[in-house]
Amino acid sequence: MTELSAHLPQFQHGQLTENFPDNHLSNTNDNSERRRHDNSERRRNDNPESETNGQPHNNTQQVVEQDEEEDEELTLKYGAKHVIMLFVPVTLCMVVVVATIKSVSFYTRKDGQLIYTPFTEETETVGQRALNSILNAAIMISVIIVMTILLVVLYKYRCYKVIHGWLIISSLLLLFFFSFIYLGEVFKTYNVAMDYITVALMIWNFGVVGMICIHWKGPLRLQQAYLIMISALMALVFIKYLPEWTAWLILAVISVYDLVAVLCPKGPLRMLVETAQERNETLFPALIYSSTMIWLVNMAEEDPEAQRKASKNSTYDKQAPANQTQNEDAEADDGGFSQEWQQQRDNRIGPIESTPESRAAVQALPSHSQTSEDPEERGVKLGLGDFIFYSVLVGKASATASGDWNTTLACFVAILIGLCLTLLLLAIFKKALPALPISITFGLVFYFATDNLVQPFMDQLAFHQFYI
Amino acid sequence: AFFWLVSLLLASLIWFISVHLSDREDAKLQYGLLIFGAAVSVLLQEAFRFAYFKLLKKADEGLALISEDGRSPISLRQMAYVSGLSFGIISGVFSVINILVDSIGPGIVGIHGDSPYYFITSAFLTMALVLLHTFWGVIFFDACEKRRYWCLGLVVATHLLTSGLTFLNPWYEASLVPIFIITLCMGLWAFVTAGGSFRNILKCLSCKQEDDSRVMMYSALQVPLED
Repeated sequence: MTELSAHLPQFQHGQLTENFPDNHLSNTNDNSERRRHDNSERRRNDNPESETNGQPHNNTQQVVEQDEEEDEELTLKYGAKHVIMLFVPVTLCMVVVVATIKSVSFYTRKDGQLIYTPFTEETETVGQRALNSILNAAIMISVIIVMTILLVVLYKYRCYKVIHGWLIISSLLLLFFFSFIYLGEVFKTYNVAMDYITVALMIWNFGVVGMICIHWKGPLRLQQAYLIMISALMALVFIKYLPEWTAWLILAVISVYDLVAVLCPKGPLRMLVETAQERNETLFPALIYSSTMIWLVNMAEEDPEAQRKASKNSTYDKQAPANQTQNEDAEADDGGFSQEWQQQRDNRIGPIESTPESRAAVQALPSHSQTSEDPEERGVKLGLGDFIFYSVLVGKASATASGDWNTTLACFVAILIGLCLTLLLLAIFKKALPALPISITFGLVFYFATDNLVQPFMDQLAFHQFYI
Repeated sequence: AFFWLVSLLLASLIWFISVHLSDREDAKLQYGLLIFGAAVSVLLQEAFRFAYFKLLKKADEGLALISEDGRSPISLRQMAYVSGLSFGIISGVFSVINILVDSIGPGIVGIHGDSPYYFITSAFLTMALVLLHTFWGVIFFDACEKRRYWCLGLVVATHLLTSGLTFLNPWYEASLVPIFIITLCMGLWAFVTAGGSFRNILKCLSCKQEDDSRVMMYSALQVPLED
């Protein structure tokens, strides 16, 4: 890489100087949209993009102070829009989960437990029940920790095939098997007569389109809808198969784990983010919800391995427009560049071979085609595990609370406010932050408080028809 | 909404503790404690409204500092309206959602001798309460802004009065009618506070396009004269 960087600065300076403000804007905005809200389940999310990886740092540092105020202003101005961009999908997921819980009784029926939570909660004494739930939570958390570490190890040693296979299998399971069960239960609830052929056709279409949308390319809204649906399905599975005390304990412990894993220097998720940043690539297209998206068109590569790497991702939200126009030209043999042009170019900027590394470096440059990009289109990313655990909290609240809708609403408001605060912190700190702790803490506090304190109070008031 | 919820939480905590410390069997005492709890809740709601005002004021100043033309993108009046509306919505929803859900299910209203108009009066009361919270929000913020503390006191007093009037249920004539009168008065007061007037209404209703009184000035080569 070093000899290439010797050639590149010439080229870069030509670009950078004319585009200073734009570059830095997109740079900092890209930093600010590195809102990596990490989750901790078996799904790891990641999407680190930093153009500063591919180019020398000292160029950008000079502009840092000048543009800091501009940066803050932009952050605050578009901060509200980003908050709304995340509120809508989180709300939708929760609404789907609560609607299902309230109408389909399958998900509130006790039909056994997962193998990850072997201890039952139907015990004689309260102490026994507490012990069992603590053990269950411990087992679940250790499973999650082991999976996370396994994932980080796989990623570090570049076993991409294994990771992709794992992701594809799990999304296959979700999109086909779980949605089949869900559909079956909904039909049972509403007593709809249905034949297997129609169901097979529906599930097949749903699943295949889902796989394409999530792992390859598809319309943005469709991909977002699919991600919300699989989060809701996963949350419903958790709500059904986790017994009560275990569920609350797991939620509490997972938010602590999320905090530790993302913020500690040796935390697995942080290591994952940093490794991906070093390699300047993104991984796991199926694990992040992104509110805007830019398609990375295939770069013309001789090397199929590198090509697969380059074409993997659909949840970029920057960088790509630079390459789109370039790459479409590059698909022909000589890239559509005549010999003359190439000679001219070589004379001007020195011989630069278009190798995978140089292409990665160019890709890493902030491009000036981004100035045409509407600044309001920069999006935010949230990990799917966050969706899942928020929905588990609200779903459990609606399933098992005596306060019923009051409790559900209180948890809902609490989670949204927690998300707001997390985004605020993100705007201030501009690095990957865990999205679970604040929201889950608020959610849990509000659940227990509303269920035990507010509910009797409101009940008594409603009984006498008093209003406060 | 979050602030209202927190105030409700604290009020219920106080009520809960007072109930547990007292004699459960004494119905009169429990009734009294409920009224006490409601009063505490009203006071806490207003306190949290004030706290929210302080928070928004700080945020407003911050936004004004950062923005390009020195003014914040949201005016304090808009914030007052939104704050009042959200207090009202969450308060209304919490009061009425369980009743709504029960109204779907099988049952007969008032079979044990209570009023058969329970649902409809609940609906009207909730509507009045939501509107009242919105109006109170506008008046409250304006009063805090202009430091008219008698306005503040009046808002708190009317809130207590409204809550107290609901204690007269099921004697609906005595509770619903005054509450609606109070709602109308508060509405007019909030309208005037927000800058409305009879002329504004007429202008709005007549749908006339106002002439833009700005003058556009452009010059190819000369700097416009500074006045």
